[in-house]
Amino acid sequence: MTENRRIFTTVLRLLALAATVSATIVMVTSHDSTNVLNLTFKAKYNHSPAFTYFVIVEAIVSGYNLIILLLSSKGSLWRMVIILDVVAALLLTSSMSAALAIAQVGKKGNTHAGWLPICGQVSRFCKHVTGALVAGILAAMFYFMLNLFTLYNVLNPLFMVKPN
Amino acid sequence: MARENAQKLEDGTELVPVRKPMDWTIVVLRVVAFLATVSATVVMAINKETKSIVVATVGTTPLSVTLTAKFHHTPANVYFVIANGFASFHNLFMMAVHFFGDHTFKDKGLQLVIVAILDMTNVALLSSGDGAATFMAQLGKKGNSHARWNKICDKFEKFCDHAGGAIIASYIGLLLLLVITVLSIVKLLKRN
Repeated sequence: MTENRRIFTTVLRLLALAATVSATIVMVTSHDSTNVLNLTFKAKYNHSPAFTYFVIVEAIVSGYNLIILLLSSKGSLWRMVIILDVVAALLLTSSMSAALAIAQVGKKGNTHAGWLPICGQVSRFCKHVTGALVAGILAAMFYFMLNLFTLYNVLNPLFMVKPN
Repeated sequence: MARENAQKLEDGTELVPVRKPMDWTIVVLRVVAFLATVSATVVMAINKETKSIVVATVGTTPLSVTLTAKFHHTPANVYFVIANGFASFHNLFMMAVHFFGDHTFKDKGLQLVIVAILDMTNVALLSSGDGAATFMAQLGKKGNSHARWNKICDKFEKFCDHAGGAIIASYIGLLLLLVITVLSIVKLLKRN
């Protein structure tokens, strides 16, 4: 019973690690440039601070996840891990929604502010960013499920204190 | 001095049941966080600025165009208001549970788990609302030269100031809610 819980937690962490790593990589490799009427439109992820923040946060959370997965045999730090998981979920949701907001402006524009959508010109960039955002949303969801599961299990802490 | 509910022991000393003092730390933090998120919601929701800009001059009469900036022109600000509203309601609900629920919840463990889980959920919700509104405000303030998006804060200064104030208040609420979540989780862990 406790082994099942431990396996489930490890699987959730692995899924979250995969999602954050893929979000980072897909966002970093997104760039596109087109030539329209002798004007060159270049789009890269670091043209927008929201996307830069997204990449930084996903990279930090990937590193944190990797360290926790490698240290999972030690049982004395699990209290700190729960609290750091909450902070990681906070960072993930904040970065994901910031990138989503800027991407929405890029796709639909904003008539009130006079901002034109750019996805018509750099459609490959938009597709790349969409993929990275999907991975970011999945990562946030997995982290949220991990937090729920951990808090639910705190009432029965058998599998955490049990020495391996 | 005779105390009520005192049991007399054999050697004459009295045994008085000790009532644990109410935990005021979390309640005070919740009140301040509630005030912060409510003020963020209200300030962002009534954010509106109208400006007349002179476009051209025909003869002697200037033609002016009236431009309005409202908070719901950006979906990120709408989400910001919704998220802060939810967080304020959550703080209120948790204070009610703290004051009135201690006697109705038979299983204290379940109450602590529900409080911790709801706190964590609202931290995530509030942080996402903050993140979206912050970067939209940064876009409005600095613009984006690569995408040819002009900044709007030089024309609508009051609008940007109010939005900035609301975002700062929301960050304070978020920080306090994070501290409350950590305290709730610590309370949950201590119970075991």
